[in-house]
Amino acid sequence: MIPISYYVGLSAILFIVGALGVLIRRNAIIVFMSVELMLNAANLAFVAFARGFEALSGQVFVFFIMAVAAAEVAVGLALIVAIFNTKQSINVDEISSLRG
Amino acid sequence: MSLNLILFFGLALIAIVSAVGMLLSSNAVYSALFLILDMATIAVFYLTLGAPFIAMTQVTVYAGAIMVLFLFVIMLLGVERLRQRAALRWQQPLAVGLGALLLVEAGYLLFFRGVKLVPESAVGANFGSPAMVGDMLFNQYLLPFEVTSVLLLVAMIGAIVLTKKT
Repeated sequence: MIPISYYVGLSAILFIVGALGVLIRRNAIIVFMSVELMLNAANLAFVAFARGFEALSGQVFVFFIMAVAAAEVAVGLALIVAIFNTKQSINVDEISSLRG
Repeated sequence: MSLNLILFFGLALIAIVSAVGMLLSSNAVYSALFLILDMATIAVFYLTLGAPFIAMTQVTVYAGAIMVLFLFVIMLLGVERLRQRAALRWQQPLAVGLGALLLVEAGYLLFFRGVKLVPESAVGANFGSPAMVGDMLFNQYLLPFEVTSVLLLVAMIGAIVLTKKT
């Protein structure tokens, strides 16, 4: 069988790629997609440990994470559409009206 | 090198390459499609980890609903090819450097100080089945389940209010 640390290592790599996406990209939608990638990496770690310790709670928590991610994507994309209707741009560098 | 290990490394390579493809692609639609491929690969990982219900939920909810919503918004706003003016030039190499540092730390902790969990016994065929997950969801985790339904209602109301045109 495959050691659980391999799955957790893959989850760490995907999380780091997602974090790099949030830090490097300037398009707000791509930043959002990188956040989804980070959530998926965390889900993978949860399911791997649920298998490793033979505890089903990990999978139930993944279910809740998916529900929360769906809610967050709905509201976040509505926000992005509203911002685009106002500023005609979703470059995160240009959304700086609150800067003092 | 058993077949399981070859399958794992092949799928892991596909997952990492599609994640990096999502990161580096200049077209937002290509990024969304790379992420869909990534989510499908992770669903296959869930299957190998004995979580069939979560795997199907992943494909249905994540790849089938959330990413389709992303593609809707990308097409609606027409922002496929956003020119990236990097305002802070030093930010990108610093981010990559810190990411590499985190990767080295994670690798060290996992392979030299981690708990080596090798699943010895195959779990029963019922392990991640909808019946067992549902049993836990409605008995032990009933309160979070009900709160999640309220959360989804609030998200729906929020999304509608944010896009009203008055």
